[in-house]
Amino acid sequence: MDYIFIQILNGVQLGLLMFLLAAGLTLTFGIMDLVNLAHGSLYMMGAYLAWTFIGWTDSFVLGALLSLPATFLLGVAVEAVVMRRLYARDHLDQVLATFGLILFFNELVRAVWGPAGKSIAVPAFLGQTVEILPGIPYPAYRFAIIVAGGVVALLLAWLVARTRMGMVIRAGASNRRMIGALGVDIELLFSLVFGLGAVFAGLAGVMAAPIASVKIGMGDDILILAFVIIVIGGIGSIKGAFVAAMMVGQIDIFGRTFLPDLLKTFLSPAAASGAAPALSQMLIYIVMAGVLVWRPTGLFGQRQ
Amino acid sequence: MKGKLFGTATIAALAFGLQPVAAQQTIKIGFVSTFSGPQAAIGEDMRRSVDLAVEHLGGKIAGKKIEIVYEDDQFKPDVGKARSEKLVQQDKVNFISGYIWSNVLLASLKTVTDEGDTILISANAGPSQIAGELCNKNFFSTSWQNDQTPMAMGEYLNTKGVKSLYLVGPNYAAGKDMLAGVKRTYKGTVAGEDYTKWPDQLDFSAELTKIAAAKPGGIFIFYPGAHGVQFVKQWVQAGLNKTVPLYQVFSIDAITLPQQGELALGTLGAQEWVNDLPNDQNKKYVADFKKKYKVYPSYYGAQSYDSIMLIASAAEALKGDLSNKDKVRAEMKKANFKSVRGDFKFGNNNFPIENFYIQETVKDADGMVTVKTIATAVKAAVDPYAAKCSMK
Repeated sequence: MDYIFIQILNGVQLGLLMFLLAAGLTLTFGIMDLVNLAHGSLYMMGAYLAWTFIGWTDSFVLGALLSLPATFLLGVAVEAVVMRRLYARDHLDQVLATFGLILFFNELVRAVWGPAGKSIAVPAFLGQTVEILPGIPYPAYRFAIIVAGGVVALLLAWLVARTRMGMVIRAGASNRRMIGALGVDIELLFSLVFGLGAVFAGLAGVMAAPIASVKIGMGDDILILAFVIIVIGGIGSIKGAFVAAMMVGQIDIFGRTFLPDLLKTFLSPAAASGAAPALSQMLIYIVMAGVLVWRPTGLFGQRQ
Repeated sequence: MKGKLFGTATIAALAFGLQPVAAQQTIKIGFVSTFSGPQAAIGEDMRRSVDLAVEHLGGKIAGKKIEIVYEDDQFKPDVGKARSEKLVQQDKVNFISGYIWSNVLLASLKTVTDEGDTILISANAGPSQIAGELCNKNFFSTSWQNDQTPMAMGEYLNTKGVKSLYLVGPNYAAGKDMLAGVKRTYKGTVAGEDYTKWPDQLDFSAELTKIAAAKPGGIFIFYPGAHGVQFVKQWVQAGLNKTVPLYQVFSIDAITLPQQGELALGTLGAQEWVNDLPNDQNKKYVADFKKKYKVYPSYYGAQSYDSIMLIASAAEALKGDLSNKDKVRAEMKKANFKSVRGDFKFGNNNFPIENFYIQETVKDADGMVTVKTIATAVKAAVDPYAAKCSMK
């Protein structure tokens, strides 16, 4: 039982990280109608910037906090220099241009930080395990991710549901042209939304950094999963991104935990352990296909 | 007009005149490795060692200039194959070396050895297929067959009396060979076995939770490069370093240690080469490498260094005349060079017959985290697939 509980927590932790990444993606896709493949690059830049700031300040928390405004500025700059030119273009042009951005950022990181990965140590006070329930130890840092991710998710929910900016964002996701007609400064809104998305991606990168390593292309692998999440959740919906990220986190962890044993009941051990990782990866896509058949615009997507 | 005429003349000269002459005066070696993306640090270590080997040779073999053409496989089998094809057909290299990844090597092998009739020296990857039924007269290895290093680890775990072992590795050719290798020799209980998605799985929380629940006497891992860094970190963060010792192959080395640092202290690994092996060639290699690059070389580098020295020994013996491929192969097979791992000879399948050592992660006199030899796990090991190879 403890074992299953810990695996559920693992799923929540993975889901929250994915949510942070997917939140920005779904906002830019939903409100700005922009397919941004370079979102993973912002995740990577967040981690590398944090590495530099942590080196300067000698503190994980300070370095991580400093990296947030830095990724915001980076996001705003990328929006102003590149993205703004792409809004009127079709999706294929956007894919091409933002793919170019991925290459640009990967090379930039190589030039600035070198080809070898960087390592961010877990802050000392989170380096051990905590007993979340009596007798159940859990890595303190992963628990901190759950807490921090949860707080940020709540903040975002509040921002979207209760503030004027959130209202405009929701309106933008429903009907972009209309809010322009109502006199909302679209340019400013797009800049802010893109910057906000960049902050969340950067934050996800910083939080993932001590678990994973900070390396070139670290955002590229995870980006595909983020796209799956926003498609399942419904493009433009923060709530959808949250629910889908949680689903994907649990499906991924449970696939890895139970599929090998499940497959072993009717396959040879060798075949089972070979097929299980492939199948657990496929599970997510099978769920996505299922959701799309049931609700073509995703769980919380706007009906067309 | 004049310029254009000159240009045309140059092209003509290059096409008809200069090219063959130039080819005769140099010994051209293609080197395929990963120079971009997350695993670029391994390729960089190999490139440094190749450059050092060329430097040690004085830039020449048998009076001919050495020319190394580096190609980036981008960590992808299809790209590796295309780059290899380019080296054989366009650059017309005399030898190809490199290859970190078994899947890249398997994709590129036929293109080089069969279609190109070019000698390939693997400086790292050693998939079981090439040691067994796919063994090839144009293929040589200065590393090992994938199963061998974990087999050595398994032997050591038996003598150490580790009762049960949990195996984790990535789900691709080498991952399967490595886990099969340790199971071949390890006599205790296998408490569990997990394959993870390769190369995109970075999070091992589910696997580590399973390990904690299984309470084995040890964990055995194979996670090269960046993945090894992640596994070791997460193993410590989960608090398992206090309860379950980590035994590894290819997961803690000179490439990953700068990032793993003190987290890896005390872990044991198996390897055919360690930076403190007490032979003269190795002392020279390690000392010069450290002097030039300020870091320790890894086995990837050591094997790459050896591959260039092996090529040099064969070309030197033939006085630089590489026109007769049979003669080149015969000279290669003699392995008449001083390997940094000590005594070196080839088995029937052109894989080395060599010792394997157990290394511990320690701090050196300068406080740098590195590995040192603590035991010899097996002596003069022949890989288990050699019998399946039809070559003599």
